[in-house]
This record gives sequence, C-alpha cells and structure tokens, in this order.
Amino acid sequence: MKADPKGVMTGTHYLDGDHAACEGALAAGCRYVAGYPITPSTEVVERFAGRIPCVGGIFMQMEDEIASSIAIQGAVWAGAKAMTVTSGPGFSLMMEHIGLAIMTEVPCVFINVQRGGPSTGLPTLPAQSDMMQARWGSHGDYEVIALCPNSPQECFDLMITAFNMSERFRTPVMVMMDECVGHMTERVVIPKAEEIEIVPRKYTKKTPAEYKAYLPNDNLVPEMAEMGKGYNFHITGLTHDEKGYPAMNEESQKKLVSRLINKIQNYKKEIILIEKDGLDNADVAVLSYGITSRVAEKAIIDAKAKGIKVGKARLKTVWPFADEFILELSKKVKAIVVPELNAGQVVREVERAAKGNCEVISVPHLGGGVHRPEVILDAIVKGAQGGKR
Amino acid sequence: MENVKHPLSKYLREDRMPHMWCPGCGIGTAMNAFMHALEKSGLEKNDIAVVSGIGCTGRVAGYVDLDSFHTTHGRAIPFAEGLKATKPDTKVIVISGDGDLMSIGGNHFIHAGRKNMDLTVICVNNLNYAMTGGQVSATTPVRSITATAPHGSFTTPFSLPFLAEASGAVYVARWTVFHIRELQKAMLEAINKKGFSFVEVISPCPTLYERRNKMGDGLARMKFYKENSIVKNGADTKETNIEINKPFVVGKFIDIEGKPTYLESMNKYYDETFQCQLGYKTYKGTRYSCNISDGGVSEGCMDD
Ligand SMILES: Cc1ncc(C[n+]2csc(CCOP(=O)(O)OP(=O)(O)O)c2C)c(N)n1
Ligand code: SF4
Ligand SMILES: [Mg+2]
Repeated sequence: MKADPKGVMTGTHYLDGDHAACEGALAAGCRYVAGYPITPSTEVVERFAGRIPCVGGIFMQMEDEIASSIAIQGAVWAGAKAMTVTSGPGFSLMMEHIGLAIMTEVPCVFINVQRGGPSTGLPTLPAQSDMMQARWGSHGDYEVIALCPNSPQECFDLMITAFNMSERFRTPVMVMMDECVGHMTERVVIPKAEEIEIVPRKYTKKTPAEYKAYLPNDNLVPEMAEMGKGYNFHITGLTHDEKGYPAMNEESQKKLVSRLINKIQNYKKEIILIEKDGLDNADVAVLSYGITSRVAEKAIIDAKAKGIKVGKARLKTVWPFADEFILELSKKVKAIVVPELNAGQVVREVERAAKGNCEVISVPHLGGGVHRPEVILDAIVKGAQGGKR
Repeated sequence: MENVKHPLSKYLREDRMPHMWCPGCGIGTAMNAFMHALEKSGLEKNDIAVVSGIGCTGRVAGYVDLDSFHTTHGRAIPFAEGLKATKPDTKVIVISGDGDLMSIGGNHFIHAGRKNMDLTVICVNNLNYAMTGGQVSATTPVRSITATAPHGSFTTPFSLPFLAEASGAVYVARWTVFHIRELQKAMLEAINKKGFSFVEVISPCPTLYERRNKMGDGLARMKFYKENSIVKNGADTKETNIEINKPFVVGKFIDIEGKPTYLESMNKYYDETFQCQLGYKTYKGTRYSCNISDGGVSEGCMDD
C-alpha cells in the first residue's frame, strides 16, 4: 500500500530529528499519539499536536507516561496506527506497557530520545544509555525490535520502517534516538506519498466462528480482528491460549512465549539493517549506532590517513542483535571497536557474538557530550597493532 | 429436558464458566446487573467494549462475550481513553476494582473525569485488594483488619462519590449488591449518559475482608447492607464516607446534562479555531500553519 498523502509533507525541508521523526510517523499513517512532555523528545509531540488537526487524527497529552503508553494500545485496537514518545525517565515508566504490547501483540511505536541518566540525569544532553533497557527493561522473556537513526533524514525514514515492522510482526518497535540526533537540524527530503511503501493493518477474513485471536499464521504472527464486527475477542496480558483466554500453566507459557520470541528471531534477516563500508579487507571494524557513528566517521578517516585498514559497520537495527553478522566479521578482522555513549552496553553483545575470534574494544563515554574522535582513533590504532586474527 | 438458556447468556462467554469468584462474592451480582443494564440499553453487542484492569473484579472482561480487554493493574482508564478517542461510536465501559481504579489508578480516574472523557466507569468496591490476598486499598475503612494492616487500618479512605464529583463526573451513583434493581437502573443511566459517568458498587469479599473483620458470610453482609444503607438520592457527596460497621449513604448523587465531552470540546474548538470549510485552512496562533489545498499535502507551509 502507498502512503496516505494527507500525512506526507513532500518536499525538501530543513528539520531537526524530532520534527523529522514526527513527519515520518505522519507519513507512515500514525494518527494517534499520546504523550507526556519530556526533554529532549517533546518537539516530536509538539509538532504532532500542531499538524494532526490538519491531517485528521488525535493527540492526547496524558497525565503521565504510564497512561500514554497504554492509551496508544487502546487506539490501536480501535483501528489507529499509534505511537508514544519519551525520554529516559518516561521510558522507565512505560516498561510495563511495553510488556503488555509484546504479550498481546499490539503493533505500535515507542520513540525514546535518549538523554543522560540514571534518574533525572542530564535532561538536555545526549546519551545512548537506554539501549539495554530497550532490550530487557520490561519483565519476562521477550524479543524486541529497536531501530537507531543517526540523522534527521534517517529519523524520517526509520519511523516509516518502524511502523511497517510493527504491523508486519505485530509487536512494539522502539526507535532509539538520542538528544544530538533529535536536536540536530539537517536537510530532510520527504518523497511523494506514492513513493512511500506502507504495511497496512491486516484484519482477518475469517468469520467470527472460525476466528481464534491468537492462532498464529505460518509466519507465527496471529491475525487481528476488527473491533465491533462480531468477533467479541478477548485480550489479556495473562498467559493465554490460542483463543486469547487465560491459560496459566507451564505448557501454555512455553508455547506462547517461545512463539513471541521466534516470530522475531526466525525473521531476523527481514529486520536487521546494517550500513557497511570497507569491511572486506579491514583489519579493524568500527561498530557503532546513532550519533556515535557520526563521530566515528571522523576517526575512521583519520585512521585511514595513517594507513590502517579500517571499515565501518553501523547498526540501524540494534535489536534483535546481528549475531550472525558479528560472528562472520569477527573471523575476518583483528579487532572490533565499539564506541557508545554509555558505560558499554551493546559491546557486551558484540563480545558474546564474536565468541573470542577477535579482540573487542569498548570505547565508553558516559554521555553529556559525544566522544572526541581521537579517543576512537586511539582504539582503532590499538586494535590494528594488537588484536588477534 | 430442554436446554434452557439464561436470558442474558448472549453476554456471557459460556465456554469460560465456571467463573473464578468465591461463594458469596458480590462481583458476579455486579456483573449480572451490568448485563441487565446492557440488555435494557438496546445497544448492539458490536457497539460495546469492556475494559478491565487487574484484580478479582478485573476478571469481568474475561467473562463478557464482547470485545473485551484485560489490561494492566490500574490502567484500564487510559487504555479506554485511547480506544474511545479512536472509535467514538463505541460505548466503552470500564469495570474494575477499588484497588485498581482508585489506588494505583487514581490519577487516571481524576484526569479522565476532569477531561470528561465519554466513558462509563463501574467500580466494584469490596474495600480491599482481594486478588492479592486482602490488603489495604484506598477505600479501606479505618480500623479494618487487612493482610497489610493486621492491627487495623489507620489511613483515611477515599469516598468515591466525592472523588468522582470533584473530578468532574457527570453521573455519580452508589449502590450495594443488595440493591439489584437500583444497581441495574444506575448502570443503565450511566451507560446512556454522555460523558464521564461513575457507578460505585459496594460489594462483599467474604473470603478476605469480611472474614478478617468477623462480619460473617455473603448473606450476613447482604443483611448488613439492607439494614445500614441510607438511601438518599441527591445527597451531598461529602456525606458519603464509609465507616466500619456504620450505616452509609447510597443513591444517585450527580446527574448533569450538557457538559461537553473531551471529543466534543476538541472538535468544537478546532472548528472555531480553524474556521475551515474544505479542511483546516488557517491555524492561527501557532507556528504550524497548514494549507490544505492540494489533496492535503501541506507543502512549504511549515515553519521548519
Ligand atoms: C503493577 C502491579 N502491581 C501489583 C499487582 C498485584 N495486584 C493484582 S490485583 C491487585 C489488587 C486488586 O485490587 P482491586 O482492584 O480492589 O480488585 P479486587 O481483587 O478487590 O476485585 C494487585 C495489587 C499487579 N498485578 N500489577
Ligand atoms: S477473594 Fe473476595 S473479591 Fe475475590 S472472588 Fe473471592 S470473595 Fe470475591
Ligand atoms: Mg477490591
């Protein structure tokens, strides 16, 4: 399906990442947002509140992020494409409802424009320190999809991807921005509506008598039923059977939770997006995501000037993690350098996936600013000198 | 014998019976009154959605044969708000417990009232958190023994009609599960009401609250309700406090007409503000002005 032109602001614009993400959501068909103001994410909902009466839809400022993160799920069941937007403290409050969306298979999008933490931390300054929270923050075992843009243009583009993946997999998708990407202003090209591919909400064609709310399709994703059409479906966050009824026992738990995991794990190829450059003959690979990739770019140029064979891998999809890609890479390079605006979160995954094949060098930065390129360069040099092959 | 069906069975998920509630519990009675109210409302099943939170009462959503949502503890109301805003023609009814709606979810309740969200909220108030073993809730009367107040509760409970009125509800009633007819009528009126309507159902939890407080079984409690309910329609909600083992006021307290709902306010406001004919043409007073001239694409008119 093509995008609804009402939401598509075709043209070349000069936008910050927050505003671009809002435009991406509108282009993707998002027509309901519930949110609670928090720096540095508020501009997303501010723009949505300004734009939505013209487009046709609703913005609701809720009493808190707990309410926001469940109001969007009500809106989804009623037929809307919906998202909520927040930053660190608000993301913490949303955790229970990320679990609800996973358990009840609600297609929706959560944006987290990351700032420094813990607690109130650095409201106006960047970090990438919620990456593990996005993966593991809600209780229980599950898989999530998390995307990580590094420019306003990509904020626009990946919002469309996020909404599309949320419908395809019937799962919440996190868009993990950061203060820098959210507040940097760059050229954003918004294509014509007919050039934007949209995954529509797909409702079952079965009759109410045939329909079972959580009977999975071949791709492990169950079909949604439209409200008010006689399906009388029941949705619960309790462990449930294929009818959607509570079924609290070992067997149902295993069946349901493993399906929720596998519906994403088995289709990682569709989900994982990586930008790669110069990896073929590289001795060192720099693996980064979000704003950090922009700083790493400079370090890579400087390393090349020193004659080091260095390539880059940028994760646009951070979760599910690109295990297979890292394993292959680890067999080819001496070292993988992982700069991040946190104490070292995604690097743990790199270490796990590399299985000791190469050196993995963490370049942590606790946020509040970005790395100096020299710090990343030093790590590249170290990797090129030492490292194992 | 012929297979005799309960007249309200069309509202019931018979494949989920027997239900999980204890003998003497009032929740089943409240649900029965609710189904009678639905029947009388003339609403089509497809036009109704039920949302519950978590608790013994929260299980109602699982037993009604309607589009029904068993959400998270305390958050049924904001879920219902998103549902209603997106599908305004659906009658959205929230049924949950006192702990769920008023303790953990109290903030959502007052804000939904303030905004006059077009929802009906039915609270089964059994004076404690039953599902988790009978702990103190926001409505537990002072001196009640509960699992977390083994020496008696000493904090002042909410009076729910007062809270609902103060929050902005357009309909407020309280009955006990003894008052079946009044309860059905109140639920019907609440369902038919446009705006934020609220019915409190005082209900026994003989397994926990009544047992700990030596109040006897479900039947004994019905007698207590019969003898101690002071019917006072139109009473000042300030007089609706509940004290342990004392008479308390029941009745219909608030029934207001004409207050615009959230969506009515929003639509009216935007219509006036945008003065639109073909779409919202000029949006005065903000940075974002939209020109919906060519198929809704507002190219070049944003203040980037
Ligand atoms: C976030 C969260 N906290 C606590 C619980 C545990 N819990 C489940 S039901 C409940 C209380 C329910 O009380 P009430 O709403 O009065 O329902 P009742 O069982 O009395 O009908 C609690 C505390 C939970 N499920 N989720
Ligand atoms: S524990 Fe109390 S509220 Fe829960 S089903 Fe039993 S009697 Fe009813
Ligand atoms: Mg209770």
